This record gives sequence, C-alpha cells and structure tokens, in this order.
Amino acid sequence: MTSGTGPVSGTILVVGGGISGLTAALEAAEVGYDVILVEKNPYLGGRVAQLNKYFPKLCPPTCGLEINFKRIKTNPRVKFYTLAEVEKVSGSPGNYDVSVKITPRYVNEKCVACNACAEVCPVTRENDFNFGMDTNKAAYKPHDMAFPMQYVIDGKVCQKESCAKCVAVCKYDAIDLKMEPKNLELKVGSIVWATGWNPYDAAKMDNLGFGKYKNVITNMMMERLAAPNGPTAGKILRPSDGKEIQKIAFVQCAGSRDENHLPYCSYICCLASLKQATYVAEQYPDAKIFIYYIDIRTPGRYENFYRKVAANPNISLIKGKVAQIEEDPATKDVTVVAENTATGAKVREKVDMAVLAAGMQPMMAGTDISLNAPLNESSFVLADPQRGISACGCAKEPLDVVSCAETATGAAMKAIQTLVRR
Amino acid sequence: MEKKYGVYICTGCDIGKSLDIEKLAGVAAKSKVPICKNHPILCSPEGVELIKQDIAGEGVNTVIIAACSPRVMYDVFDFGPVLVERVNLREGVVWSHEANKAGGEGEEAAIDPEFQMLAEDYVRMGIVKAQKGELPEPYKPEEEINKKILVIGGGVTGMSAALDAASVGYEVTLVEKEKELGGFAAKLYKQAAKTYPYTDIETPDIQSKISAVSSHAKIDVRTETEVARIAGAPGLYHVSFKPAGTETEWDVPPKVVAEEEAKAGEGAKPSEGGEAAQAEAGGRVYKDILAIDENAERYGAVVLATGWKPYDATKLDSLGFGKYPNVITNVMMEELASKESLVRPSDGKPAKSVAFIQCAGQRDEKHLPYCSATCCITSLKQARYVREQGDDAKAFIFYKDMRTPGQYENFYKSMQQDPGVFLTKGDVVSITEDAKKNLTVEVDNTLIGEKITVNVDMVVLATGMVPTTQNEAILNLAYRQGPSLIDLELFNGFADSNFICFPYETRRTGVYAAGCVRQPMNIPMCEDDAAGAALKAIQCIESAYRGVSVHPRSGDMSYPDFFFARCTQCKRCTEECPFGALDDDERGTPKPNPTRCRRCGTCMGACPERIIGFKNYNIDMIGSMVKSFEVPEEDGIYRVIAFVCENDAYPAMDMAAMKGLKLPAAIRVIPVRCLGSMNMVWIKDAMSRGIDGIILLGCKYGDDYQCHFAKGSELANRRMDNVGETLKSLALESERVKLVQVAIDEYDKIPQIFNEFMEQMEAIGPSPMKGF
Repeated sequence: MTSGTGPVSGTILVVGGGISGLTAALEAAEVGYDVILVEKNPYLGGRVAQLNKYFPKLCPPTCGLEINFKRIKTNPRVKFYTLAEVEKVSGSPGNYDVSVKITPRYVNEKCVACNACAEVCPVTRENDFNFGMDTNKAAYKPHDMAFPMQYVIDGKVCQKESCAKCVAVCKYDAIDLKMEPKNLELKVGSIVWATGWNPYDAAKMDNLGFGKYKNVITNMMMERLAAPNGPTAGKILRPSDGKEIQKIAFVQCAGSRDENHLPYCSYICCLASLKQATYVAEQYPDAKIFIYYIDIRTPGRYENFYRKVAANPNISLIKGKVAQIEEDPATKDVTVVAENTATGAKVREKVDMAVLAAGMQPMMAGTDISLNAPLNESSFVLADPQRGISACGCAKEPLDVVSCAETATGAAMKAIQTLVRR
Repeated sequence: MEKKYGVYICTGCDIGKSLDIEKLAGVAAKSKVPICKNHPILCSPEGVELIKQDIAGEGVNTVIIAACSPRVMYDVFDFGPVLVERVNLREGVVWSHEANKAGGEGEEAAIDPEFQMLAEDYVRMGIVKAQKGELPEPYKPEEEINKKILVIGGGVTGMSAALDAASVGYEVTLVEKEKELGGFAAKLYKQAAKTYPYTDIETPDIQSKISAVSSHAKIDVRTETEVARIAGAPGLYHVSFKPAGTETEWDVPPKVVAEEEAKAGEGAKPSEGGEAAQAEAGGRVYKDILAIDENAERYGAVVLATGWKPYDATKLDSLGFGKYPNVITNVMMEELASKESLVRPSDGKPAKSVAFIQCAGQRDEKHLPYCSATCCITSLKQARYVREQGDDAKAFIFYKDMRTPGQYENFYKSMQQDPGVFLTKGDVVSITEDAKKNLTVEVDNTLIGEKITVNVDMVVLATGMVPTTQNEAILNLAYRQGPSLIDLELFNGFADSNFICFPYETRRTGVYAAGCVRQPMNIPMCEDDAAGAALKAIQCIESAYRGVSVHPRSGDMSYPDFFFARCTQCKRCTEECPFGALDDDERGTPKPNPTRCRRCGTCMGACPERIIGFKNYNIDMIGSMVKSFEVPEEDGIYRVIAFVCENDAYPAMDMAAMKGLKLPAAIRVIPVRCLGSMNMVWIKDAMSRGIDGIILLGCKYGDDYQCHFAKGSELANRRMDNVGETLKSLALESERVKLVQVAIDEYDKIPQIFNEFMEQMEAIGPSPMKGF
C-alpha cells in the first residue's frame, strides 16, 4: 500500500466462523489485513452449513461456502482455529489480549478423511449436526462438505486409550488420543463478534408440545430433514414412524414476538417457513400445507418470493397464533389449535407433522462477562467502534443471510478503522 | 524460465492398492519427465520433504502431484513460486470407480484395464497441463493505479460511505445532485430510535454527519453535480462531471442496440486528425466511449448511493391522492411534521385524526410488486407525531401485514400499547371527502370482523421506494455494453446483487451499490451497507494495485492476453463478457480492461479465432490435454470427455467420490474455470479424434442463476447451437454433446447423469471418427 492509505499494524480477531465471520475475515484479509478467525465447532460454515437451501433463490448454501473456503485456502492472511472458544478479552483498542481455549480434536492435520477410524469406532453418539435425529460415531466427519475436511473425535464419549481401535487402524498417524486442551493467547487490534445464534429452546413453550411429541419439530430440524446429506438423505419423513407427509403445519413466531420468550421478531422465520413449504410441495405435490402466522414478514423484494409460494393452492396461510398442539397417542398425528384472527373462528387442524418456527437466540446469551462484549438486554452485541469492537450478522441483530454478509463486510471496515486510527 | 518437471505419485488412500503404480510411473517416463517418485503418504512431512528436496537440490520448478483432489491438502502442496499441477487420482479415480473386473471362479480379481487407463490418462493430462502452463504475473497497467473513491449520492448512505473510506486514509469525492447534502434522511422530522430498546423516536443525527463530511480533509463535496461519464476501469477511472441537470459534450452515449449500430456505424468512424470518435443517438451526437476527456478526474472505484424516489402517488388516485388535498404521502408527512404544528394542507387546520394506509401502491403488481420494508415503522413513527399533539389526537393504521422485523418489534409493541393508536389489518375499500374536506375511510376485512368507517382530518399513504436506477443510467459508464448496471430487471430495478452470499457483487467490477438503491432498507442498515460498500471499493482498488483479481477468483494473478494480429473484429468477446470488461475501438478491435476482468475466461470461450488465453489457462493447454491420451479403437470401449465447472460441479464430483458413488471409467474429466470459457475448438478437436461424446457440467442458469460469473453457463448453453453445426460438419449426431446443470449439492445425481450419457453413446454407437 502507498503511504497514508495503509494499515498501521495489528491483527483483526473474528469470533465465529459462520457466514458472517467468514465474510468479515475474508473481506478484511482481501484488503490486506491479517485476520485470526476462531470457531467453536470442528468445522467452518456455522448455521448455514446446516441449511438445505437459501430463500429466495432456493440455492444450496454450500455453493457460497465453497467459494469462501477457496478464498481461505488461497489467502495466507487468514489464520483459523476450529474447536476454539474465546474465554477472556482484556486490553484496549489496538491492543487486546484474548485467551482462546482449544478443545482437542484428537485428530491432527495428517488426517486424509478416509473414514477408517469411524468404521472401527465402537461408540455411537447423537449427531448434533442433525439435531439428534440420527447418530454417528465418536470418531466422525462433522458433515459431508466439512471444512477443514478432517475427522474429529468426541472427547466426551470416546473411550480413549482403553479402546484406541481408531489409532491402530489409522494408516496416517493422524489420531492422538492424548491430545490436551490448549490455551492460545492472542494479541489483536480489534475484534469482530460474529457469534451468530442458537434456535430458541422450543421445549420452553409447553403448549406447543416440542420434546413431548415426536412429530413436532423445529424449523432447523426441517432443514436437516430436507437436506440431501441429512438423516433421511433428503426425504422429508416424520420422526415418529418415518411416514410420508400428507398434511403439515408451520407454526410461526414460536417463541418470537413473545414477552415470555423472545420479545423481538427473528426476521427470517416467515421466509424460512415459506421456503420449507416449497420443500414439502416439491416432494409431496398433493400435500396440504398450513402456515399459521401473526404477520407475514417478507420485506423488500422477498415479497416476490412470498407471492410465488402463496400462489400454490395447497398452501394455506392462516392469520392466527397457535395456542396449542395436541397429539393423538395412537397415531402420533398432531392437532394444531389456533384462532383465525381474520374470521374469529377457532380452528383445529390434524396434521402429520408440525414445524415450529423457533426464533433466533443470540449465541452470546448467557456468556461470561469476561468476554468484555457489550450486549443489550436481548444479548445482541452492541457495536462500539470507539472500543474497536464491531458486530455483524445475527450476533448483532436477527438478519437474513444477505444482510449478514452486508453487515460482516461493514464490520470488516469498522475493524480496519480501529487499526488505522491508532 | 526453463521448466524442470517432477512427478510425485502418492500411493496412500487406496491409490497404491488399487492401481499399478509402476505402470503409472511409466507414463511420466514416456513423457520424458526426468523425476518421478512415489511415496506412501505424500502429504506427510516426509512426503513433502521429498518434493522440497528435489526443488532445492534438483532444480525442479514444475511439480505434478498425482494424489488427492486439488480441493484438499492445498496448503501442504504449496511450494511458493513453483508451478504445481494436481492430478486427482483419489477422488477422481480410485474412490469413484470400480477398480477391479470381477474375476471368474477361483481367479483373482484383476485391475480393470479401463480403470488403470483412466489414471494413466489423468497423469498424461496433468503433465501436458504443466507443460503448457506458466506461472502468472500480476497485471501492471502503464497508467498508475489511482486510489481515490467516487461516491455518488449525498444522502445518509453516501455520506457514511465517504466517511468510512476517508477515515482509513482514502481520498473521496462525494457528488450530490441537489443543493444540499442529506437526502431523504435530512427531510425527516424524527427517526425511530437506532438503539435499544427501540421504542423512542429521536431527532435524526444527519446534521452531524453533514458537518463531519463537509469538514473532512479527505472528502471533496460537490453538490449540484452529476456524473457525465465514467470511462476506464477500476483503478483507472476517468470521470467527467457536470452541473446537475445539464447536457454536456461528455455525456455518455446511450446503449447502442444492434440494429441502430449499423446505421450509426458511419458516424462512429474517427474523424481526420485523430479526433475523438463520435456516436449518434436520438439525433444527438455523442463522443465515443473511448474518447478521452482531458479534464476528466482520476478515480479507483465507485460507490453508488443514489437512493430512491417516492413512488408517483398520482397513480394512486383510487386512494384519493391528487383528488383530495388532505390525502398526502408519507414523505409529505415528514415535511408537515417538521413545521411548528401538524396542520393539514387544505385549510391549515390541526390534523388531529389521521389515517395511515399501508402498502399504498406496494405489494401490488399493478404498482410496486415489492414491499419497501421501512413504511410500517415510518407510519408507526408518524402516528407518534400525531399523538404528540395531545390526548385528543388519534391515529389509525390500516395494514396488510405489520412488518417490523428484528428488534423494531419493540417499537411496534410500544405503539400497540397507546390507546390513541388504532391498528388493524384490513383492505381499504374507499376514501371519500366531504364539503369540509374531511375524509372518510372505509375498511373491510378488519380484525374486529366487520367493515369499519373512520372519519379523519387527513390520510397518509405509505407509498414506496423506487430505486433511482429504475429509469436512469446514473453511473453513465463509458462501456461498450452500455452506461448502466445490467440485468436490473431481475431486481425490480434495484442495483442489487443476484448473490445471497456476496451481496456487493454486480456485473460491473469496481462499482459497489449501497443503501436504498440496492434494496429498501432503514437508516441503520444503510449505514452498515455503506461501510460494506466502502470496504469493497477499497478492496477493489488494492486488488487492482496488486494486479490481482477480485471476487470470485480473488487474488488470481492471471489475466487474459490477446493476440490482436489475428483478431477479426467479430466483437463476440466484447458482447459476451459478463462484466463488460472489453470495449472495442472504432475498428471493432477489442480493448481489454484487465482491472474490470474477473478471469472467468468467457472471452476465451467466445473467440472463434482462439486468440485469447491466460498464462495458466488457455486454448492450447486444454486442447493439448484433449489430445494427450489415446482413444482406443476396440469394440465396446468408449471415450467421453466431461468439461466440468470447477466452482460447483467439480466439488460435487469430489463429494460423490467421498460418498463412494461410482462413475463409468470411460469419462475423462477436465475442470474449467467456468463453462463460459468453453471454446468450441476443444469440442471439435475432441470429436475429430474419435471421442464418442462430450458432456458439460455447469452451474444452474436462468433468473436465479448460480453461476459465479453470472452468465457463463448460460452462454455455454447458447453456444451449444453452434455445436450442432460443428457436429454436422463432421457427420456426427448432435446428441454426442450435452450440457447438464448441476448444483453443488446434487452430487448424488452425478452417477445417473454420467451413466445415462454413456447409455446414450452406446445407443448411438462408437464415433465413426476413430482411427482417422
């Protein structure tokens, strides 16, 4: 860079390796800044890696992730850590000290992803990537398109040295069951929080039966059911008995816009349910689809998508908040009870499966004060450029993927400003 | 630089156990590669050391690694300034094909010769590719890269972008066609709070932004100014300005459509003495796009932040606008509210009861089909203005859906708690006026279950945003493909991106749109968006400065070279480039603008004379790969080439291999940068060698295209028409060449696609060209 327009010094720390964090890291690195990206999962890609398709284009998220991974591969300025969590932040803009804890992967970079370890591994675990809808081995590949393409061993369930079958079978000397947690002390100039969200715990809404009734699932579970690399290889089947879908209900604002749960609107759920209605309609052209909503929120040009989906005569949109979901213990069918606010009538609809549009809870909810991240009452991160702290994506506010990428690019700009201003 | 080659074969990951490695190494020996080694785990430190020793000790500078997919172990096999070619034996051969022919009773299973041949052919192709490739060098233009940023539009977005860029040291010119900075934000009485708890209304902070911009040493503000033309390319823009609303000699010519072009051709010839070429359109004479304005100013990148215009409310006469003086728009309401007291237009009487009609001319295919995203909050906020007049003031809001996404739900909630604000979903049936100019609004299908009628002093229509790019070029690019961003009809006229993951990507490199010209959005989002666009502008400038490409091949140093001596001025490259990177001069010779280029190779694919190529990706290289392997003549043995887009289809193939899905061994895969770079000569060469069929795998095209270069796969598909002719000239069936769209997650479909194609080839029979 020429004089006067370049960086002074310093590294940018991006916390979270989902679409927002990846974008913030890469956009800054491609200007010419050094970036450290930390991700708590064993893979990058975050929440979007679990999605089947994006609205409104109905294109696969892996497409954009692949490009971003390629950008990481070819850009030496981005250094990333997986299984890494920020534990403590101290210092000041331009001069932050950050402690990062790295959980052992028990698999090193020699792994060639040959699957031999998983084949001999005797321990099964709930597959958290698929929200427990199937199991995998304690030695596992996080998902088909995982980046980095390396296996990982779940230290919580692995029998370690007492078993070590994987060690014996690995031809590449890639497994080390003695791996210890590590601490990383980083010096960085500014911090971008891109920690994203968790689906709101749907079991907290007693009346909706999640956790009690098998055929009440969340919208994120629906993504996994519809994904070709999901527990059902992409076939949407209801959990209780694997039955095909003839009738399905989508329950909007399950937790969102509710003072007892999440006071805010989670922005994406209307669009997500409309999108998921297209998954069902594609697999079951005759299935009846009911969407219960308070307001359909499809801002901007998303309206075009709404119009297109709503034109399907098998999709009914009912203005009304769902009050109750009941299960028929014999058939495991569920009945959705709501008041149609347009007509005032109480409606009951028996369906094969109900999908709760569970809202976004910021990942930062319940985190330690030692992170030094300014949060608002709903646990969204408040950007504070003066302090060299920026936030993007759903760590900042509930957003769609497009806006996540926008705010991430903007956060990269703010992070650079901190470094230059010093 | 003389090349010294080394071939390194990994025998790990089932490669060694499935293939005859000795024979594989024989291929390298036959190709006169001096060094060929194998290692049981090439990616291990010992394996890598083996290669490094040869680089240091033997002077090897061109390394061919026959191991796994280039998508993995990329960092391990990076040796700095050494040309590395990856031969994908693991995913491409071993994991995706049956290694053995089933042996008979008591016999040992033997390696299928077709399987072995596949691997050997890939090694041959890898060596040829390495022979024909050169390490690219960054593009350095003669003219120095300029790092100044031009921001068009002085509203909240443009000002934010200018401040963001200036604060990290970049010089900015901010142009605004109005007299004052501030745009619509400056016309607001109040705005919804930008911070938690999002329940208040506050005075906009726009004035402080205006002073910050006006006093910033690195920001040059020019009001009442417009852009007459932007000539050149990122890092090398030459911008001509003009007083707003005037015509100047440097106004850019409108896009010349094909029919008019022949007519205008005469006028476009250069005049004597080398004066600037001129073009004629609509009776007006324009300077040609390549003419040079000596007074133009230099810039590196552009932020487009020209915002929106209110939808023409006179089209809403059914809602009484234009008929009744007390029916106003939400924009007019801000102006009224800014005055001392809120009074209605007809008689200056206080507007104590006001009805707000949401989605006025929006979410309506007869008007604006989309939602303007901000109007619900605006009306709620304006209802607050009404309520500020006292307890007797009343506001009614009639909506289709109340859209207050995210934390603005809190604002909505605060208004729901106000007893003086009546909110309901409903359809407005009629608005009528009485003798005193009071208005009656009749609303049906309300939430209270009956038709209701309200009498009010004033009605506010929540009219929507029309992007300024809807009807105007604004950018006035002096580009042969025309002065504006293209394909905007896909986005209802907004300067938006087709890409969900890459929202700043447009088809004009170096131009980054932000704010409401891109999408309807609120002020805080405009500010975020401005920061993002400013960063993209800086990034583009720095990339041009380093001589590398921007997204999606960010960092790529290669760029297309043209051998002009053989150019026939057919203009195909100029017309087909998805990014308008090429202009042509008065003789029709293409003028490349490498800093506009995204390195997809569409120009290379389009060129019938085959004069365009990259150092590490060119016609000769792929053509030689096509010719590098033998086409067997035995009965029942087929050879098919698959040209596969490396962005989506190639990773999908890797994934199919990891899943253990099996493919026919007759198919040779050649990855391409984009199907747009597919030159017909490769197909012709292959077919004339007796290749039985060619299949092209590319990204989805259409309105929701997934092609990372926007048009590549679609253009390749269009060129398929010409393929038919080529095949006919060789007396071959047109079914021998096929293009299939594959999304990255459709890996499970690849075996079926390939098997069906092989069945089709078998049905047609072997190519009669074999053995010629």
